[in-house]
Amino acid sequence: MSALSVKHLLGIKYLTVDDIELIFKTTDSFKEVINRPIKKVPTLRDTTLVNLFFENSTRTRISFELAEKRLSADIVNFSASSSSVSKGETLIDTVNNILAMKVDMVVMRHPAPGAPVFLSRHIDASIINAGDGTHEHPTQALLDAYSIREKLGSIKGKKICIIGDIRHSRVALSNIYCLKKLGAEVMLVGPPTLMPTYIESLGVKVEYNLKKALEWCDVANVLRIQLERQDIKYFPSLREYALYFGINKPLLDSLKKEIVIMHPGPINRGVEITSDVADSSHSIILDQVENGVAIRMAALYLLSGRK
Amino acid sequence: MQPRIILTPEKFSFTIERLCRQLIEVHSDFSNSILIGVQPRGIVLGKRIQVRLSELLKKEITFGTIDPTFYRDDFRSSEKQLTPSQTDIDFMVEGKNVVLVDDVLYSGRTIRAAMDALLDFGRAEKVELLVLVDRRFTRHLPIQPDYVGKTIDSISSEKVKVEWKEKEGHDQIWIIPKTEKE
Repeated sequence: MSALSVKHLLGIKYLTVDDIELIFKTTDSFKEVINRPIKKVPTLRDTTLVNLFFENSTRTRISFELAEKRLSADIVNFSASSSSVSKGETLIDTVNNILAMKVDMVVMRHPAPGAPVFLSRHIDASIINAGDGTHEHPTQALLDAYSIREKLGSIKGKKICIIGDIRHSRVALSNIYCLKKLGAEVMLVGPPTLMPTYIESLGVKVEYNLKKALEWCDVANVLRIQLERQDIKYFPSLREYALYFGINKPLLDSLKKEIVIMHPGPINRGVEITSDVADSSHSIILDQVENGVAIRMAALYLLSGRK
Repeated sequence: MQPRIILTPEKFSFTIERLCRQLIEVHSDFSNSILIGVQPRGIVLGKRIQVRLSELLKKEITFGTIDPTFYRDDFRSSEKQLTPSQTDIDFMVEGKNVVLVDDVLYSGRTIRAAMDALLDFGRAEKVELLVLVDRRFTRHLPIQPDYVGKTIDSISSEKVKVEWKEKEGHDQIWIIPKTEKE
C-alpha cells in the first residue's frame, strides 16, 4: 500500500479503499507541514501545474493554489472567461496547447459532467478533478471524510446524513461513494424535487423529514442550495425551504444528542443553516477548509510521484 | 556470500554506552542541545540514547523526530513511492546544538534531506551527526558523521541490517547480500 492504483484523480468512484487510506495517511504528514512556521516543502519544485477553471470557484481554487505553492510547484492559472475558449477552441485543443508548453499536471473544474474523464483518454498528464458539473468533486469528499475521521476517530459504522440539493450536487455524489467505501451508513435528506430518481441503488437511505434524519445521524453534512442551478422552480421559495430543511439552533437543541455539523461552503446563511449553528461548537466547517489544503497536497504528492 | 553479524548484542550495548559518553564530553549537561531522530530508522536509536542520557544526566533530554521524505531528491526516480512519516518537533531549534541521529550512513542523501528539513524549523547553532554504522567509501555527498558506533567496509551489493530489541527481539547488526529487486 504505497502507491495509488490510479493515474488521475477523476472521482471517488475509481478509487479503492486502500487508495483512500493512503491519501489520509499522507494527509496526516501534510497537516503537520502546514502547521509549521515555514509551511512549505520543496517536493514538487520540478513540477509545473495548470489550474484550469472553466467554472467559477473561490475556495477550491485558493485551496488548490495554496496546496501547490506549499509543495513548491510552479503554477499557471487559467479561467475560461478570459481565454480563447470564448473564441471557440475545443477542450482538447486548449489543454494540448498548454501541455505543449511543458506542463506536468492539470487541475480542472468544468461545468460538463465527465469532462475530466474524457480528457484523461486524450492526454498523458495526470488530471485532478476539481469538480465536474453535477458529477463528482473528489477532493471535497476526501476532505469531508478526513474531517469526520479526525472528529470521530473513524468512519466505519458512523451514520451520516447529507442534506439539501442532492440532485445538483457533485459533493453529495462523491461523498456517497467515499463514505460507503469507508463503511459508513448514508442517508439523504431534501425536498423530493431535489432528490435524484433511483438514488437508492447506491445503497443509501432517503428521508424527507429533517427532524427524523437528524435524530438518526452522527454527522449532518449540509449542502448549499445552488441558486445558479435552479433553472426551474424546485421549491416554492427560499423561505419555505429554510422552514422545512434549514438547520437552526432550536432544532438541534431538541435532539437528545450532539451531532457534528459540516458544510462544504459557500454558506447561504439563514437558508440551509442559520448563523448560530454555522458558528457553534458543533460545526467543523473551518476544520474542513484547513484539511482541504492538506488533502490536496496529499493528492498532488501521490499523483506526481507516479511514473 | 553468507550473512554475517558485525555487532553482537553485548558489543551493541557497549557501543550505545560509549556514544552517550562521547555526547556528554561535547555537550556536557545538554542544556542547549537537542536530539533529533531521522525517520524512519533513526527513531529507535534516538530514543535509546535519549533514555540513557536522561539516566546519566538525571534530567529530561529533548528529543524530536524529523521526516526527510518531502525534501528528498529521488522522489520521482525511486521505483517505489516514498511514504512519508511523522515529523514531531514541538520545540525551538533556533540557536540550539542539534544532534541528528540515524542508524546507517551510506550515500549521505537522507542526511542531506534531513538537514534541509531541519532548516525550516529555524537556524540551529550547530548541527552534528551521530550514526550507529558508518559504511566507509560509499558517500555520494560530502557528509561525515561526528559520532560513529561502528565503521565498516562493505560493497554496494551488500546491505546493512540493524535489528532492535524493541522490534526484532534482540540488538544486533548484520551484513546481508542485497536481494534482486533492491
